Amino acid sequence: MLEFLAHHSKLIDQIGINALLALSLSISLRAGSLALAQAAFMGIAAYVSSIGAVRLGWNLPLAGLAGALAAALVAALLALPIGRLRGVFLAIATIGFGEIARIIEINWPITGGAEGFSGIPNDANTLWIYGTLALAGAALALFGRTKLALAVAATREDENAARGVGIDVAAVRMGTLVAGAVLAGFAGTLYAHANFFITPGDFGFSRMEQVLVMCVIGGVTSSLGAVVGAVLMTALPELVRFLQDYREVSSGAILLGIILFAPSGIAGLWRRFS
Amino acid sequence: MLVQQLANGLFLGAVYALFAIGYTLIFGVLDILNLAHAAIFMLAAFVALSLVGFGFPLVLAVALALVFAGLLGVLLDRIAFAPLRRRNAGTLVPLISSIGAAIVMQGIARGVWGPDEHRFPSNGLSTAEFHLGSLSVGALDLIILAVALALMGILSYVMRSTALGRSIRAVAEDRVAAALLGIDIERTIALTFFIASALGGAAGILIGLQYNSVSLEMGARIELKGLAIIILGGMGSVTGAVIGAFILGAVETLSVAYVSSSYRDAIAFGVMFLILVLRPAGLLGKRALRAA
Repeated sequence: MLEFLAHHSKLIDQIGINALLALSLSISLRAGSLALAQAAFMGIAAYVSSIGAVRLGWNLPLAGLAGALAAALVAALLALPIGRLRGVFLAIATIGFGEIARIIEINWPITGGAEGFSGIPNDANTLWIYGTLALAGAALALFGRTKLALAVAATREDENAARGVGIDVAAVRMGTLVAGAVLAGFAGTLYAHANFFITPGDFGFSRMEQVLVMCVIGGVTSSLGAVVGAVLMTALPELVRFLQDYREVSSGAILLGIILFAPSGIAGLWRRFS
Repeated sequence: MLVQQLANGLFLGAVYALFAIGYTLIFGVLDILNLAHAAIFMLAAFVALSLVGFGFPLVLAVALALVFAGLLGVLLDRIAFAPLRRRNAGTLVPLISSIGAAIVMQGIARGVWGPDEHRFPSNGLSTAEFHLGSLSVGALDLIILAVALALMGILSYVMRSTALGRSIRAVAEDRVAAALLGIDIERTIALTFFIASALGGAAGILIGLQYNSVSLEMGARIELKGLAIIILGGMGSVTGAVIGAFILGAVETLSVAYVSSSYRDAIAFGVMFLILVLRPAGLLGKRALRAA
């Protein structure tokens, strides 16, 4: 077991970071808004924390907090113009925002451009990653017991009815976007400090798609589902190595299968059979 | 210099337009964002490339690849969208199933053609150039422009003057009312997918020829630009998509020439973001912004 863990430590770290990202997206989805900016928030925090660590000598906790704060600030600013958008239009606007963020990362001299930013201290070990994940999971579980969680669910189920009972829908949407950005920000810092090298391409639309796929496979609004989806979709390419160049087909086929035959994801299957 | 850039923008815009028309047709008829459109765009280019490699004449290879792309679109609808339509799954679930289909297609392309960039055999392509004053234009560019404009002309005729076009517009307007009038909804949707995907495939083949490069990444490069175009033109508006495509083509080539190439793509997405925030219906879209 220990030998297995040591051999696959890179993969295990990757799973933890992806689980954090899937959790962060599930927060927005809980309020029913398909805001697809997680990869951008992750990238913003990754660059802020990495540049701080390399240029200013920040340690990991300080870099992580600064990165999450930067992502949260950007999310709060982003929430204002996109507040009126819903559904596919919200998805497209946030995808566009993500592309703009990526292009800025490519062109701003301080980021090292398209070749990437290197020399990041390699101090985000498995303990840090899973500690953060556990704290995030616990925070979400506690939040689930509060009245605020009901307001979030009400916003998802019927926005007008939620407004009718006095819920500030705009505040709920902004709050979930910012909370998601904080988690995505931690994931970005951990990613950068576990790989000691980042490029703008790490935080593009394909990353966003991966995170969305993890969330949907697990079951859109369930924390545990998001984590299970992240574990499955991160480990799957390793498990199906024998398919060689056709490996991607299995991820796509599983996603299609879940959408068509188990619309509530793995979490929904679990509830149905237990 | 300016004329040259505008000419280049015209060639680029024509291919963008073919791609964006397919995107916006499917949105107009079904209200879904088909993120597998770019995968069909790429696969059609690969199929044309392989057919040329097997010794087919270029024109025949292109024609067969277009039919392939259209049929792939119909298959995509049967597998990824039709079951969700029966379930009334809304607009977000199909978006995700189209991502699943795109991942499958991307995986198949990687398995069959490998991760490397491919080129068309050089003997099949004309490298002639015409000069008009300081303006120089490749024969291949002109052929591509002519093919793109011809396909748009055919589409415009089909949409305006045939029974199929009327059915497509009726289904886009109101699916229930169209069904009550006796229009076969599933058949109309299948044909819409055929047309949209064949046009997307045409764009892929023409871009592959224009740059003489076919690769797995070519879909990802145009996918989000296509989004910017259909937002600019107005989601669901075919004319809007064409206008948006030519605007983007011109803005891209002009910004490379006069501003800087590094922020070229940021302009497209910046404009897209502003339009969504300020005028979500786009230049020509008549639809009100709909709720989720």
